[in-house]
Parts: sequence; C-alpha cells; structure tokens
Amino acid sequence: MSRHVVIVGAGPAGLAAASAALRAGAEVTLIDAADQAGGQYHRMPPDTYRPFRVLDRCDWWPESSVWSLERHDERRPPRVHVLTGPADGDGRRRRFLDPDALVLAPGAHDRTLPFPGWDLPGVFTAGAAQALVKGERVVVGDQVLVAGSGPFLLPVAASLLEAGTRVREVLEANPPRTVLRGWGRRPWELAAQPDKAAELAAYAARLARHRVPYRTGRAVIEARGDGRVEEAVTARLRADWSVVPGTERTLSVDAVSVTHGFTPQLELPVAAGCVLRDGFVLVDGDQATSSPGVYAAGEVTGIAGAPAARAEGLVAGWTAAGGPPSELRLTRRRRDRARAFGLRLAAAHPIGQGWPGWLRPDTVVCRCEETSYESLCRAASENPAARAVRLASRAGLGPCQARICGPTVAELSPESPDPHHRPIAQPIRLGELAARSEAAEKESTP
Amino acid sequence: MRITVDGETLAGEAGQTIAGVLLAAGRRSWRRAPSGAPRGVFCGIGVCFDCLVIVNGVRDVRACRRRAQEGDIVTTQSRTEAP
Repeated sequence: MSRHVVIVGAGPAGLAAASAALRAGAEVTLIDAADQAGGQYHRMPPDTYRPFRVLDRCDWWPESSVWSLERHDERRPPRVHVLTGPADGDGRRRRFLDPDALVLAPGAHDRTLPFPGWDLPGVFTAGAAQALVKGERVVVGDQVLVAGSGPFLLPVAASLLEAGTRVREVLEANPPRTVLRGWGRRPWELAAQPDKAAELAAYAARLARHRVPYRTGRAVIEARGDGRVEEAVTARLRADWSVVPGTERTLSVDAVSVTHGFTPQLELPVAAGCVLRDGFVLVDGDQATSSPGVYAAGEVTGIAGAPAARAEGLVAGWTAAGGPPSELRLTRRRRDRARAFGLRLAAAHPIGQGWPGWLRPDTVVCRCEETSYESLCRAASENPAARAVRLASRAGLGPCQARICGPTVAELSPESPDPHHRPIAQPIRLGELAARSEAAEKESTP
Repeated sequence: MRITVDGETLAGEAGQTIAGVLLAAGRRSWRRAPSGAPRGVFCGIGVCFDCLVIVNGVRDVRACRRRAQEGDIVTTQSRTEAP
C-alpha cells in the first residue's frame, strides 16, 4: 500500500511538495484554507483562475482549515483535524486524517511594526495591498505611500501602479550602506540567482517610468487623519532606525501600505512539536523537522521567497513519500542556493533596534485589545514574565491571538515569550467543536 | 452580484470577498474596536481579524476571507457592545 502524505498549504511550497510526493508514488491530500490553490504568491481573481494540474492527481481539499494537530503516538505524525466550509461559517464539515507523513507549508504573513496612527483605517499591510489588487481588483487608495523594509515593497508598488494608483513614494527604512552590504556580500552567490536580480530590476524600472521616488533611510513614523488616513509623516532614520530629529515631512495620502518583513505562521509546527531555531522551524537536509514524520517547507523554515519555497517543497514531498534521497541532488543544490538568498535578504533588510523611539505613550501596540505602549511597558516592569505581561496588559488576548502584535510584544518585553502554542490553531465555533467528526480515510484511499 | 450591508445594497463582482465589495464601494472601515475606534481591512489575508462582520446572522466572519454570495446580508459589528 502506498504512503499517504498530507500537505497543509497550497502555495508554492505545498504545490511543489504535492507534485514530488505524487511522483514518488504516494497518495496525497492537499489542504488549504483558501478556495483556490496558489497561496499569496499566485493569488489571482477567480475569472483569471488557472488551475494547477497537480490538483487533479491528488485529493484536493479547498476551503479547509487545519484547526488542530493532535499528537497521540510520539513515533507517528499527529492526527490532522480539518474543518471544511465557508470561512468562519458555522456547520462546517469536521474531518480528521491520520497520515503516514505530514508536510507543513503554511507560509508567512507581513510583520508590521507599530507607529502612531497605524490603527487608522487606510493603513494596510503590504500583503493586503497586494492581495486586494491581485485577488479582487481593488486598490487600497488613490494616493498611496509604500513604506517599510525589504524587496517586497517593489512588487507591491508595481502592482498598485499597474492598477492605476498614484504611488507617492517608496521608502526603505534601511540606509543604502546596510542594503548594499547585505546584498553585496559573497557576490558569487548572487550570480546564481539571475532571475531574482532581473525581477527586481524590472520593478525598479517600472517605478522610474512612473517617476516614483525610491528613498532609503526613510520611514513612515506616523499616520494622521480623522477616522481614516489623510496624511503620513515620514522621517530620515539612522542605521538603527532611530529618527533624525528635524527631518520629518508630511505627505498628503489616502492610504499607507507598510511592511517590515515577514512572520512565519508557526501555529501548526508548534502544535506538531517541531523544534524551532531563531524563530523558524528547524529542518534537516531532507526538510524533516524534529517531530517524527513531520516535514516543513517554505517560509516557515526561513523567509527566502518562492523559488526557495518550491525547492524545499520538492525535497519535503519527495522524502515524505519515501522517495530515494539520491534522486534529488540537483534540487537540493538549487534549494541551498535559494536559501542563501534568504540569508542575504535578512542581512540587507534587518529591523533596526531604534524603532520603539517612534512610539508615544498612547500608541496602540496590540490592535485587538488596544493595549498602549505605556501600559505594555508598565505591565512588563511590574512582572516581566510573558504570561504576566499578557494578562496585565491584555496584549495578544484579542481576536487575532497575538498573530499581529506577538513579535512586537516579544521585542518590547524584557523576557521574550516563546511563540504561542494555540491548541486551536484556527477559529472554530463551539457548535462545530461539539459536533461529531468523521475519519477521512475512506476518501483518501483511491 | 449584490449584497446588503446594514440595509444598503452594494454591488460587487462575482468572486470578490465581502471586504473587496466594501472597499470597492468606498468604505474604509466598518467595525469598532473596544474604544470605539474605526477598523476595516489591515492584513487582507485573514490574520489580523480587524475586518470582522456578521454574515447572514453569523458573527465574527473575516470579511477578507469570505467570498460574497448573491443576497448575503451583512451587518457590521462592534466590540464596544455585547454580542
């Protein structure tokens, strides 16, 4: 009997894992919370939707959220609990799977540092601006400031321009010295990534054609407006991201799109018991995590973009399916090169330590519970334990369960908390939780 | 495709999410945070829960994740009031 591989996440990593696992002869169940495969990277409006051929050959579960991983036997991968149906609906179908191997490829989301006014409507993450243009043909505004750090600013600005928005400026917070040193180290590795370099050059050319200034060493440090963004305050930054006094400028805009990097979605790897290192899932050369039968691929193992995610997915899917390791030499080499790109990215676009200087006492840090910077600092000074800070300030206890403020609260607290272990990884209604769940083995056996 | 939001009819394109229909109609915010501060879409991909709405009587639906269906009745919700 062939091995049953369950893959969570149908972005570039998960799709690659599915095709490799199928090629190695496994039976594959591919699960994604969205109703279309492709993840954020391949996001597109439904009428332009181009199905991925691999979906025809696996058991494809769209609109399906993995809400819990249950470890019942330490030698086997965990049981995968899934809810299928419209997002956040009630009465969704509850099923579980007991795979022979599990590949986790849930991806990442924007990391956005707080600043005064970041909770005003009209401030969007860069990922939101991108998702709305690509998936919905909606632009976030007519006069948009794109700011933060990292190469992702460029495609976001480019797609806004393409949709007819006026992009006022693109601001990279790091100074040219940091960016160039990061990208320029070990130049022979960059030569192995000609696609990336060409892609970035094309974005830069598009900005130039639309006369959009790209400035380094400058950031948005405040958004202002009455009930919605009307203007943004930008300032020149030192290398540590502290503000150079007197360099503030006010720009009239109706939207701000901001990103300071990406946060891996660690709920499922943590639930599966995977050991983390430097905030990412630790994997070996086969993409195996420390948890038996559990593999990880894509942005959860390090932020390195779609080519790295695809290569990692191929390795993860192949090994999870029991494919012979010797056949993947070239893919592994490609993966290692793509991962080196990720290290370069991290070195070129670090978050400076001086950013808390942007905050005022009343600046919201946790958007859900509206915890202010002042009350977070007070809670941390009274009892620095992560749990005590959360309970006293309510930071991280609202609907998003610290998905947005978690890394920020960790940085601002003297004792950094571990990534949250959320036994319920995705929202589930009490009625659905109480309903009987069915084993899904029958469906996955052809 | 048409949905009603707090009694007002909004037209959207098939395949848009409820957040997409609201933004395309020029709405920036539709939820109130505990202090009463307005909230709309922030992350756009289901992470931040800022865009929650009531859809056909079911609370706490992420507007950026739910595809709008013909005839959906959407009501805005607030954390300043009890459910």
